[in-house]
Amino acid sequence: MQLTEKQLEYWSKNLRLTGILLFIWFVVTFVIGYYARELSFNFFGWPFAFYMGAQGALIIYVLIIWYYARYMNNLDRVYDVHEGEDE
Amino acid sequence: MAGPTEPTNFFTAGTQKSFNAQLKKVYTWYTGGFLVFVVALAILEQMGLPRAWIGYIFLLATVGLYAGIGVMSRTSDAAEYYVAGRRVPALFNGMATGADWMSAASFIGMAGTLYLTGYNGLAFIMGWTGGYCLVALFLAPYLRKFGQFTIPDFLGARYGGHLPRSIGIIAAILCSFTYVVAQIYGVGIITTRLTGVEFAYGIFLGIGGILVCSFLGGMRAVTWTQVAQYIILIIAYMIPVVWLSVKHTGIPLPQFVYGKVLEKVTAREAQLIDDPKELEVRGIYKARADAASASLKGLPASFDDGRKALADAVEKAKADNNADALAGAEKALNAYPKDAAAAKAAWTKDAGVAARAGPPLRHAEAFPGKDENARDVSRRNFLALIFCLMVGTAALPHILMRYYTTPSVREARNSVFWSLFFIFLLYFTAPALAVLVKFDVYTLLVGSEFANLPQWVASWTRVDPGLLSIVDVNRDGIVQLAEISIGGDIVVLATPEIAGLPYVISGLVAAGGLAAALSTADGLLLTIANALSHDFYYKMLDPNAPTGRRVMVSKMLLLVVAVLAALVAAQKPADILFLVSAAFSLAAAAFFPALSLGIFWKRANKWGATLGMAAGLGITFYYMATTQPWLRGVFGVTSSIADNTWWGISPISAGLWGVPLGFIVIIVVSMLTPAPDRETQELVEHVRYPNLTGDTLDTRGT
Repeated sequence: MQLTEKQLEYWSKNLRLTGILLFIWFVVTFVIGYYARELSFNFFGWPFAFYMGAQGALIIYVLIIWYYARYMNNLDRVYDVHEGEDE
Repeated sequence: MAGPTEPTNFFTAGTQKSFNAQLKKVYTWYTGGFLVFVVALAILEQMGLPRAWIGYIFLLATVGLYAGIGVMSRTSDAAEYYVAGRRVPALFNGMATGADWMSAASFIGMAGTLYLTGYNGLAFIMGWTGGYCLVALFLAPYLRKFGQFTIPDFLGARYGGHLPRSIGIIAAILCSFTYVVAQIYGVGIITTRLTGVEFAYGIFLGIGGILVCSFLGGMRAVTWTQVAQYIILIIAYMIPVVWLSVKHTGIPLPQFVYGKVLEKVTAREAQLIDDPKELEVRGIYKARADAASASLKGLPASFDDGRKALADAVEKAKADNNADALAGAEKALNAYPKDAAAAKAAWTKDAGVAARAGPPLRHAEAFPGKDENARDVSRRNFLALIFCLMVGTAALPHILMRYYTTPSVREARNSVFWSLFFIFLLYFTAPALAVLVKFDVYTLLVGSEFANLPQWVASWTRVDPGLLSIVDVNRDGIVQLAEISIGGDIVVLATPEIAGLPYVISGLVAAGGLAAALSTADGLLLTIANALSHDFYYKMLDPNAPTGRRVMVSKMLLLVVAVLAALVAAQKPADILFLVSAAFSLAAAAFFPALSLGIFWKRANKWGATLGMAAGLGITFYYMATTQPWLRGVFGVTSSIADNTWWGISPISAGLWGVPLGFIVIIVVSMLTPAPDRETQELVEHVRYPNLTGDTLDTRGT
């Protein structure tokens, strides 16, 4: 079958969001991790890099997944590719 | 759908909506009931119930409960058995995934690792949570749309033919089996601790506990017991930490206030590093280690010299007629190693105390090292480990399989959120626990008198000197930090006593550890049995097998695999921790490139995937086999470790090579060979859209 214009647009929007969220994930994990020694200023008692590794990054991971689910579940409806209610 | 033999109870559903409501009611009552049970036991303890009884009651009550759920969920329907009927709501699948995910290592070992390694231990915290971003973005919704039973199913359908499926089966078994052996080992240890039975019996008791959950009802039974197990393990983890936080900060929210405690720990570390008494103890260890190393170098002559010196001392004491000196000298001579081999072993052990001669590590310091180069290697390994754990998380079949069980793609996306949320609750608490316990040890235990040790120290040094031992090395009657030898597991196990809680909470913590180990073992055993029964037997050997026989074969294999794993665990394999971590690198290299490219790149084809998986798995295994001491022994590798090490990366992070190589090989080989046929391309489109108008494909497994 041939995909419609609209369906292709759905997929490219999905790819864009996936890319953006992956970029945030990468920065939070690997960029902050790489500069952990430099980023040791005091953050409510924790050295900043320690706080990020122990808590901050985790909160951002949860938010990334939450936002992705919310956005995509909505996008499904907008582009009419959603499933039936009680499937 | 449900045959005449299917039971009717909480876990059979009407509509999805009423099922949700029913589940919420059941598990709310269950949680309340469990709390009442713990309070009742606490009251009984005050009235004089002996400790051993509390252990037995916890073991019997929790395992009995899991068995009850297992029996209620029995089934012989394939969709029920393999994917719990695809009716598990996002929230509950999240809890089940949490329990499936958090193993004995997470529950008992994690806080201990953080205690011992400080910042560098955070690689496990980030690696084992951030991986869910990859699950959410790259795999879960698409696998759910595909909607069959196992991960090799997807490889088989997407890439065609038996070859990719077979590599999938091998990789799934390889990483799941090493992992399940470690879980069963953990079950044995905890059962032994709860009841005092022998380790081998503990293992087989534990196996019984695992089988009652999964044998009769497959994924359906495992799902509903895992939800129950998650509730127990999270309660068990939180109570002691909250209590300890109240003890040290006055605030019952340890996760938000331990920054201040960390500041105090850091200040105390600075003090202890330069403390003269600490320096004295470290000096004694240094001298002992140096002497041992010198003797080791001088072997075999040093063995004879050492014995001769002691023998001379005995002669001299005899000649002097000094009875005291004679007794001492004879004792020393008797304690001397009997031959050169024994001497070598003893001195190697003594040289090992060099590790205790160094200053304590600074908990909050990232990548400690003696010079710029050492710090650089430490940082590289930290980031490489995070990478492998994350990609491995997004590739372990027993986790990915759970996203087949939700009612829809939409629920699969929500479910990854709930999974990480429930895992997060424990993972963001573990670093707080490590810091609180460290504060307790550094301020209350260090500096106390040997004659007057805290209660928990006295009891744990008696129970298990491997976990905690304190020796007055410089004989000043005061505990120095350098005199304490601590095993990681004690951090979680002893917290109830450190916080001054009654014994019933210690029992609760053990029951939580048991829940963590059992739930993970359940998921893993099911993965292995399904890979063999569904992927190998049904898809490859006998595609016409009737449903009843397929499920029967699966149950039999479950039994066989469980017994095999128990037999291996009973041998107490040496490098069990390494095996667990290795599973992540192996899974990452084998599955992640083929799965993600299969969804995101239509051009990926059979030969690319087959060779890519084989290459990724191969190089990962090769790197481990040439750089990990135990595996080197197994394969008889003799060239030096340093020659085989690339870029200073430890064997645990071998996936750092396997994952990129897997991607490269899939891409290059796919480009060199013909594109997949039209049908396969349509399959890719099919999984990309939750619902595609005009799409006639139906990939759902039956």
